[in-house]
Amino acid sequence: MLAVFKRELFSFLNSLMAYITIGIFLLACGLMFWFFPDTSILEYGYAEMDGFFGLVPYLFMFLISAITMRSFAEERKEGTYVLLATRPLTNLQIISAKYLACLVLVLFALLPTLIYCYSIAQLGLPKGNLDTGAIIGSYIGLFLLGGAFTAIGIFASSFTKNQIIAFAVSVFLCFFAYSGFDSVSKISAFRGIENQLANLGIAEHYQSISRGVLDTRDVVYFVSFVALFFGLTHVVIGGRKW
Amino acid sequence: MSISVKNLSKHYGQQKAVNQISFDAKPGRILGFLGPNGAGKSTTMKMLTGYLQPTSGNAEIAGKDIEVEPLEVKKQIGYLPENTPLYIDMYVREFLSFVAQTYGLSDIAKRVEEVIQQVGLTQEQHKKIGMLSKGYKQRVGLAQAIIHQPQVLILDEPTSGLDPNQLSDIRALIKNLGKDRTVIISTHIMQEVEAICDDVIIINKGVLVANSSIDELKKAHQNKTLEQIFKQLTL
Repeated sequence: MLAVFKRELFSFLNSLMAYITIGIFLLACGLMFWFFPDTSILEYGYAEMDGFFGLVPYLFMFLISAITMRSFAEERKEGTYVLLATRPLTNLQIISAKYLACLVLVLFALLPTLIYCYSIAQLGLPKGNLDTGAIIGSYIGLFLLGGAFTAIGIFASSFTKNQIIAFAVSVFLCFFAYSGFDSVSKISAFRGIENQLANLGIAEHYQSISRGVLDTRDVVYFVSFVALFFGLTHVVIGGRKW
Repeated sequence: MSISVKNLSKHYGQQKAVNQISFDAKPGRILGFLGPNGAGKSTTMKMLTGYLQPTSGNAEIAGKDIEVEPLEVKKQIGYLPENTPLYIDMYVREFLSFVAQTYGLSDIAKRVEEVIQQVGLTQEQHKKIGMLSKGYKQRVGLAQAIIHQPQVLILDEPTSGLDPNQLSDIRALIKNLGKDRTVIISTHIMQEVEAICDDVIIINKGVLVANSSIDELKKAHQNKTLEQIFKQLTL
């Protein structure tokens, strides 16, 4: 499994694609957080990162879908999946290896944004006046969110050999899982169960972790979310006919 | 008995790609697997290597059932898939050490060196796989199939698209490998079968139509050439 993980990761790092996607993600983050007046921290006037943490999930939908779209789709198209499937590896090992490689790349993309914390701390009045607890919580939340989106992306990539389809499906599923349930719960027909519906969505749990309170219920939610999509991917890969 | 196949079938909906075939392959002998295009050769091989699930029937490799102990079976098999799919963005050595790692081999660098020599890739060993010509890609395919010294080799059209020089090289290599292990190769070239195979099975529309040694097959058909026998059985 380690071998497959390493191969996946190096194949990302050896191709321009990973650098371009991560670069664009960071550029978009920078522009929105520092430059565009609507969302810029400089216009906002308060030295806190809430705006940033509200923005990143939407950028993640595109970043993560772009990273994960090739993982199974490309192997299906090129016929190289047979090289993995006939090795002494279980399907679950192959899925986990690809999942972890993508997740590491997502972490690479997230790492440079830690600089923002320092910048914001410098901007605060008095200097260094920063809600550290909330920021640590938010980064943990972002990591869990990234894990959930990666699981969706891997699943989307497993049932098609076309990377564009994998990307589009993944973006949609990520969007729906993130804020779809929240929006659906506002339909008047669901008035009785709106809390339960909103609780199914990622946004609810992400925001709860972002407040700096690490609740086991939220962690359990994210773990079972990832497990669900692992299971779905496993079913698709196990029943292959290609 | 190294490979023992009993009533193996693969159905795709109504279509029976492979229908109840049974055969055995013995160590130290090379088995030629013949049949027209679409007869079910590749499907059978994919089932033996654990890539596809059989609809019914079973197969044993080195005494282990392919569905009961898939991981153990996969360790015993070296497989060269049809059209030799490879990770074209990897270097030859990098790819071979990756394959060696998936089998958990111990002295990987040494083993990679050995197979590179064995299949004649020394000249090209520092290139990217995508830059190699078809013949050399085929050799990389063979190298990844034999790197873990499997007891069973399953080669799906190992010589398609090679030039005459490469052809004789690869055939000699396969013949050499077949001395102490079980080899199944599928091919469309009858001269090749006569040159390297000991036994032959012919499959047509998913059904087995011949299963014997080459000598016996010829005897049973009044010493016709293999090509004539093939036509007679599959047309």
